[in-house]
Amino acid sequence: MYRGQSGQWSWLFHRVTGLGVLLFLLVHIVDITLIGFGRTVYNDSIAVFASWPVRLLSLALIGAVMYHAFNGVRIILIDFWPAAYKYQRAMFYIVLALTIISFIPMAYFVGAPIFGICPQGDCTASAML
Amino acid sequence: MATETAKRSTRVTPYGATSRPTGGGWETFSWWFFRVSGVGLIFLVIAHLIIMHVITDVSATGYDFVAHRYANPFWRVYDLLLLTLGLLHGLNGLRIVSDDYIRTRGIRLAVQSVLFLTVVTFWLMGTMTIVTFQPGQTLSQAMLHLLSR
Repeated sequence: MYRGQSGQWSWLFHRVTGLGVLLFLLVHIVDITLIGFGRTVYNDSIAVFASWPVRLLSLALIGAVMYHAFNGVRIILIDFWPAAYKYQRAMFYIVLALTIISFIPMAYFVGAPIFGICPQGDCTASAML
Repeated sequence: MATETAKRSTRVTPYGATSRPTGGGWETFSWWFFRVSGVGLIFLVIAHLIIMHVITDVSATGYDFVAHRYANPFWRVYDLLLLTLGLLHGLNGLRIVSDDYIRTRGIRLAVQSVLFLTVVTFWLMGTMTIVTFQPGQTLSQAMLHLLSR
């Protein structure tokens, strides 16, 4: 760790989002396995994912995935084009901007059913668990 | 022993040392794998998110949705690729984090063994589901069907 620079934050966010996404992947493998227990069990688990608290968790996951993806591109650019290190800070701000820009439409599609709006026309607007 | 990982030689450019290990062995391979799988996962994961959360709401991705989707082997292969690359990319990330923080070789080996076995277990769980799922059949029935052939 080196203090107070954008490089430190980009590195820390990359680790934390990576660990968070991996943790979700393990949970996701367990919930997918539930399909082997039959229709009722699986559809109940999908209903949990459609509830508002888990929709909020999904949004956190989507934000983490987007940051990790864009910052991963930034890392690869510096790996293969070392002179780009001079622009690492500018690229960090671009990563943050792209994360927010891509997050907003995703947040609408995932979050709207909480408020009874169905952008896809077919959703269970489970505002309550 | 403590500086063992710090002393690992890396590729040096006119702009300084990079993270890329030289020597062409295991470390160089995993460095390349981390980047190649990362680029692959960007496309696989974003398409997965758009299919499951934008085109379709998550509440409409129940049993019948999966049955319809898995009638096409393409999506089983797609999900298997997502599962495998995601877990291996994540496992390599955990390995690098443990290299950073665990300085004692024995403890590091023990922790990395547990991480490896955990990931293998989850990979087997996911693969079992992706390969054996048949609409109207439970996992046990699918297993019995396979074993009685």
